[in-house]
Amino acid sequence: MGGNLMKFRSILAGAALALTAASGSLADKTKVGFVYVGPVGDGGWTYEHDQARKAVVAKFGDKVETMYVESVPEGPDSERVMTDMALKGADLIFTTSFGYMDPTINVAAKFPNVKFEHATGYKMADNVSIYSARFYEGRAVQGHIAGHMTKSNIVGYIGSFPIPEVIRGINAAYIHAKDVNPDVQFKIIWAYTWFDPTKEADAAKVLIEQGADVVLQHTDSTAPQAAAQAAGNVITFGQASDMSEYGPKPRVSSIIDNWAPYYIARTQAVMDGTWSSTSTWDGIGAGMVGIGEITSAVPADVKASAEALLARLRDGSYHAFTGPVNKQDGSAWLARGETADDGTLLGMGFYVQGIDSEMPN
Amino acid sequence: MDLSAISPTLLVASLMVASTPILLASIGELVVEKSGVLNLGVEGMMIVGAICGFAAAVLTGSPMIGFLCAALGGAAISLIFAVLTQYFLSNQVATGLALTLFGLGLSALLGQSYVGIKPPTTYKLDLPLISDIPILGPILFSHDFTVYAALSLVAGVWWFLKYTRSGLILRAVGESHDAAHALGYKVVRVRVMSIMFGGACAGLGGAALSLVRVPQWTEGMTAGSGWIALAIVVFASWKPERILLGAYLFGGVAVLQLNLQAAGVSIPVEYLSMSPYLITIIVLVAMSANRAKSALNAPAALSRVFHASR
Repeated sequence: MGGNLMKFRSILAGAALALTAASGSLADKTKVGFVYVGPVGDGGWTYEHDQARKAVVAKFGDKVETMYVESVPEGPDSERVMTDMALKGADLIFTTSFGYMDPTINVAAKFPNVKFEHATGYKMADNVSIYSARFYEGRAVQGHIAGHMTKSNIVGYIGSFPIPEVIRGINAAYIHAKDVNPDVQFKIIWAYTWFDPTKEADAAKVLIEQGADVVLQHTDSTAPQAAAQAAGNVITFGQASDMSEYGPKPRVSSIIDNWAPYYIARTQAVMDGTWSSTSTWDGIGAGMVGIGEITSAVPADVKASAEALLARLRDGSYHAFTGPVNKQDGSAWLARGETADDGTLLGMGFYVQGIDSEMPN
Repeated sequence: MDLSAISPTLLVASLMVASTPILLASIGELVVEKSGVLNLGVEGMMIVGAICGFAAAVLTGSPMIGFLCAALGGAAISLIFAVLTQYFLSNQVATGLALTLFGLGLSALLGQSYVGIKPPTTYKLDLPLISDIPILGPILFSHDFTVYAALSLVAGVWWFLKYTRSGLILRAVGESHDAAHALGYKVVRVRVMSIMFGGACAGLGGAALSLVRVPQWTEGMTAGSGWIALAIVVFASWKPERILLGAYLFGGVAVLQLNLQAAGVSIPVEYLSMSPYLITIIVLVAMSANRAKSALNAPAALSRVFHASR
C-alpha cells in the first residue's frame, strides 16, 4: 500500500518536476529529503527526526523544500527511495537508520552532486557524511537510576539488532547499574526490529514475567511502556523521544534525541556551498542527547545523584566508559582511569564483564 | 542460562493471551470452511477489525464498542467476498487473496491518524481471592475478557456443529452443496452467513491484537497472524477442539521463543520461529498420506463453486 501510494506520488512529482524544470521556478530552493525507518507517529526515533525536519522548515521557510518517506525497510528497497529523492532534485538527503548504510553509499556513488547524511553508521564518502549521538551517555544515566530503583535486581533490556550502537547502550547501562548495585542482573531480548509494537510488547511482558522491574528499550515504539504500565510496579525510560505521556510512572526519565541544530547547520552548509564530508558524534554536552525530566517516582537522593552524573557527563569531566572495565570473557579492556577511544566504541561488538547473556551472531 | 527464571504458570497464562487473536480468527475460518468456502482473506479481515476496533474504542472511550465495531467491520469486509464468490461465482482463492491485500491497504488508510495513540484499557478479570490462587489463579482467572470470549466461542462452535440441526445443515452444505440444495436448503444463504461469521471472528481477533495484546495501532500489525489462522484450521483437520490445541501451540512457540532468549539460552531463535510451520507441513503430509482419511476430514465441497442450475 505505502509503496504503491509512493509510486503514484513519485509519478506526480516526476510530472511536476518536468514542468518546473521547464519553467525553472524552483531553482533557488534547497531540497532536503529524509528517509525514515518507522512512521512519523511512532512517538520515538522517527518522530524526533521529523521534529528536526520541521525545525528546518521553520528556520528556512520558503528557501527550503523538504520531502520524506516513512517506514522504509532497511536494505535494498531503501535504495529505490533514495534514488527517487535524488531524481526529484534533492540537494541533501538524510538517511536516518543504521540499515541504510550500504544503500546510502551505493546511491551516493550514482549521484555525486547530491549530499548524503547517514545516521549511526560508519561508512563515509566524498558526498556522504555520518552523524550520530552519544546515546550511551544517556544510557549511563538510565543504568544509574535502574540500579538504584530495581528491587528484584533484574533489569530487562529490549534490544533491536546486535549492532555497535545498541551494544554500547547495553554496556553503558550495565556498568552504571552495577556501580550502584553489585547484585544487578541484565536480561536481554533481541526483537530484530526497530519498530514492531507487537513484538516489543511481547518482549516487555516476558521480561516482566521473568522478574524484571525495570525495562530499558532500544526499540522505537511506546508499546513496552504500555506493557509496563499494565503490569504495575515496573519502571521504564522513554527511548529517542520523551514519551512523557507514560510519566510519571512507568516512564521515569528518557533519552531525547535532538537533531534539529545539526539538520539546520547541514542544510545551511549546503545553501552556502560549504558542505563537506564530516563525521559528527555529539553527546549530552553538545545538546544532541537530552535527558527527559526525572519524575517524582524516583526518590530525591537517586534523582540528585543521577543529575550529578549527568552534569559530569555534560561538562566532560567524566567519560561513560572509564576503566577499570573488563570484557565479558574476563580479558582486560580499560585500565583504571583509562577511557574508551571512539574507534573501539564505534565498532563495539562485545559485552562487558558481568553481563550473563550470549551475544547472537 | 537460567531456565528456572521461566515460570511455567506465567508461560501458560501469557501464551493464552498471545494465542487469542489467532484462536478467534481460526475458529471463524473453521466455520467458513465447514460450509464449503475457502476464504484466504483472514489476514485482511483481521487487520480491518484491528483498526475499526481501535478507532471506535479511541473515539468512544469504550473498549466494548471497539470490539463490537471490530466484529462489524470484519463482517462488512467479508460481505464483499461473500457477494463476489456466492452471487458472482468468482474464484474463491483469488478473491480471498484480493481481500487480504485490500484489507491491508484499507486499514493503513483508515489508521493514518491513529498511529501512536493510547487506547482505553480493556477490562481485566480480577476476582479477589480467586485470582490469587497459586497456579490456577493466573492461568484461569486473571485474563481480559477476550480470552474467555474466545474459549466460549470455540465451545459454542463445537456444540453448534455437533449437536444442532443448523450445524448439521451447515456441514451438509459444505460436504455436498448439490445434495443440500436438492433437499431444499438455501446453500448460498448458509454460506453467506458463515462467511460473515468468519469475518466477525477475524475482526474480533484483530481487535484483540490492537486493543489488548499490544495495545496500539500500527500499519500491518497483524504480521501474518491471518495466515497462521488458516494453517491452524488445516492443522486441526477441521475439528473445533483441535483448533484450541493448534492456536495454543502456535501462540506458545512465539512466547517460549522470547522466554528462552531472556533466560539466556543460545539456540538461534529462527528455529523456534519456524517450528509451527514445520509442524503444520508434517501434519499436512501425514494427513494426505492416507487418502481415505484425509477425504473424511476436509469438507468435500471446499472451495467448489455452487450454482443452482437444476
